[in-house]
Amino acid sequence: MSGSSGDAGSDSAGGAGNGSGDGADRRPSKGADVCVIGSGPAGTLIANELAGKGHDVVVLEAGPRFDFDSRPERMERAIRPSHSNDSVWGMGGERDAFSASGERYYPLNAARAKGVGGSTLRWQGMVMRLHEADFERRTRDGVGADWPLSYGDLQPYYARAERELGVAGAADNPFAPPREQPAPLPAFDPSYSDAIFAEACERLGVTTHSVSNARNSESYDGRSACVGYGTCQPVCPSGAKYDASTHAEKAERKGGRVIDRAPVQRLETDASGTRVERAIYATPDGEHSQKARQFVVACGGVETPRLLLLSESEDHPEGLANSSGAVGKYFMDHLFAGTGGTLDRETGQNHIGFITSETHQFYDEPGQGTNGAGGGIPAWEGNGRKGDLGPIKLEFLNYAGPSPVGSALGSEQWGDELLSSLRSEYGGHIAMGGLVGQLPRAEHRIALDRSTTDDQGNPVPDIQWSIDDRTKRTLERANGIQRAILEELGVDISWSVGPAETGPAYHHMGTTRMGTDPATSVVDARLRTHDVANLTLASSSVFPTSGAMNPTLTIAALALKAAAHLDRDL
Amino acid sequence: MELTRRDTLVAAAGTGVSVGGVALSIAHSEPGREVSGSASTAGAGKGVDEGLPAMFVAVARAIYPDRVEGIGELVRTYVAEQFGADGEKVEFRRTATRETARELDELAATRHDASVVDLDPETVSTLLREVGADVAEPDPSGTFAQRLRLYVVNELHYALYTSPTGGKLVGIENPIGHPGGARSYKRGPSA
Ligand SMILES: Cc1cc2nc3c(=O)[nH]c(=O)nc-3n(C[C@H](O)[C@H](O)[C@H](O)COP(=O)(O)OP(=O)(O)OC[C@H]3O[C@@H](n4cnc5c(N)ncnc54)[C@H](O)[C@@H]3O)c2cc1C
Ligand code: SF4
Repeated sequence: MSGSSGDAGSDSAGGAGNGSGDGADRRPSKGADVCVIGSGPAGTLIANELAGKGHDVVVLEAGPRFDFDSRPERMERAIRPSHSNDSVWGMGGERDAFSASGERYYPLNAARAKGVGGSTLRWQGMVMRLHEADFERRTRDGVGADWPLSYGDLQPYYARAERELGVAGAADNPFAPPREQPAPLPAFDPSYSDAIFAEACERLGVTTHSVSNARNSESYDGRSACVGYGTCQPVCPSGAKYDASTHAEKAERKGGRVIDRAPVQRLETDASGTRVERAIYATPDGEHSQKARQFVVACGGVETPRLLLLSESEDHPEGLANSSGAVGKYFMDHLFAGTGGTLDRETGQNHIGFITSETHQFYDEPGQGTNGAGGGIPAWEGNGRKGDLGPIKLEFLNYAGPSPVGSALGSEQWGDELLSSLRSEYGGHIAMGGLVGQLPRAEHRIALDRSTTDDQGNPVPDIQWSIDDRTKRTLERANGIQRAILEELGVDISWSVGPAETGPAYHHMGTTRMGTDPATSVVDARLRTHDVANLTLASSSVFPTSGAMNPTLTIAALALKAAAHLDRDL
Repeated sequence: MELTRRDTLVAAAGTGVSVGGVALSIAHSEPGREVSGSASTAGAGKGVDEGLPAMFVAVARAIYPDRVEGIGELVRTYVAEQFGADGEKVEFRRTATRETARELDELAATRHDASVVDLDPETVSTLLREVGADVAEPDPSGTFAQRLRLYVVNELHYALYTSPTGGKLVGIENPIGHPGGARSYKRGPSA
């Protein structure tokens, strides 16, 4: 069964099988300047930029083009328990088969989406810039690696990325790196529970502030303002939450082509072995090959290294652009830390599906103690070495506890009995979340599992992953800060997610790392592979280290920078 | 608590097919203000015979809290929006729901010698529990109880608890699944 077949019928691309029946022309473009593979934010931003400069651009996307009008129905699928969340965007099945042979299971199909718009179709839309220190982890803390570019190099592209995605944000975050201009949209105001948190935090000397969202606080770029469906992750029926289908459409309006249901099987190089000549791609109507002057692989942090590994050849026996051996290695994710419970007052949760306040006070100084009028957060009692802890990003959730409809659909009661349970269940829930990042380790990697194949007969990705001690320590530290804040509030703490219970945040980083040395890295600072001159990789796979900020704004900034380089080359 | 026409429209818009525009126009309207929409379709939509809405109303009277008024209109509008449209998926759901409803009616005939629509709410509630619809996991290809849970019980819970009236009963002004705007989250419980 094809993983996308669950969606056939509701998407404009029509059915699967022999011949798509949707009338779409999936034949290659003649005389293409650029072939972009993958239509998430990385691929579509580049496609849009280059199409806008008059270049002939073709985007090959493995998944379908989803019909915007199908979103209310996808929302219902997300809310109703007879469907798995992955089915909302048709993930699963043979198309998306994978292995997870590492110490920790990795739930890959919960962690991505395939289709025009990529994983942003189901993302949360939290967008932050990395801090200056994130680019210099080796120099500053003696761990991980430095990036081959600095915050300053990326800063103008961060500003552009914020405009492209339509970021709602404010300048009230004292811990944020320097900015040159305000975000294009005003930040969402703090929620009712943010105000509850802010009081307790102030007593402890912890500063709370707004948080940037790729979500319209006002209508922007032809998309609606947020109307509060509250189902942002996995689907925003109104389109207020940014997703990359926006840039796919923009690229098309500028003359670019986006071909859906076109998974690239491999890239083939010319006789010299130093240039990619063609991308071989499957379609419902058969296999095709696309030639172009420049190729951009933007398939996300798992499929990007997989495609390079699948493109092994005589000239590139270990996989394309893999003379360093680093392709697939150093896989990192952010890990979730959370603590929650109940207050004996109402907290107004579950009106919206996104976060409106955070504290980044423990990002650059995760071990620091704080002092306020009512006490403080104790300093970390670890060994105090620099780099002993990683950065911590702390979030104040607006969706703690069950939603009434979710509880009703799963309840064994009905009528008045159900209503009274829902009333007592809803009310005082309150919780904090947070992210911490992993350091790069060669043994955490994406490899090919040659014993299992996907619907096209290609070896599936094998995620070999686990969680190291520094990450566990940092999760403990995050839990400790969360506990102190919740205790100050008088919360009856009933759960926490720490080193034992944690799971990934679905940010796939590190697997085609960026660096200056071709012996130890895959791409350079402009995202071009060291080995293959006309091959650019745009993805969080190029991140040498992970920081603890959600990655997509950085992906977008790097993609815009890469597009500027490509434009000059073309 | 009375269900307003806005509730029924919104409940349907939040879930139905091809109603994106409707959802938005409702979201931007102030509470109580009349919205343009297809409420006049209440009763019978395309391809929905009278039997299905009537059956849903009878079950809703059994499983909704006593305080809910205006059940007939909510349910009829919801059913019309959910099942009234064209398309392969709607057709599949309509057929599966009809089939499940027919089985329930047959059971009522066997046990009570009457159609579900003629039974009082307590008897309908007992019948549903006897079948196991209260404890069943919803599953489209599961047992009768599982399908009943999915296509009838949960359909009705979804209609109510994603509507502002259902939300208000519980104490949340803008429940998940309802486009109630981006303001209520700031106001807190008393608002
Ligand atoms: C549930 C969830 C919540 C998230 N929340 C956030 C958040 O709040 N903030 C944040 O910054 N990030 C978040 N992320 C991560 C974010 O979605 C990704 O960082 C981002 O989408 C990556 O962009 P990309 O373009 O590199 O890859 P993707 O968006 O993953 O797009 C890659 C595309 O490439 C296609 N593709 C893959 N292989 C091939 C092939 N061989 N041929 C053709 N096409 C191919 C895929 O089908 C896909 O459409 C979240 C992710 C998930 C799953
Ligand atoms: S809360 Fe706003 S952004 Fe989230 S799903 Fe609703 S409309 Fe979209």
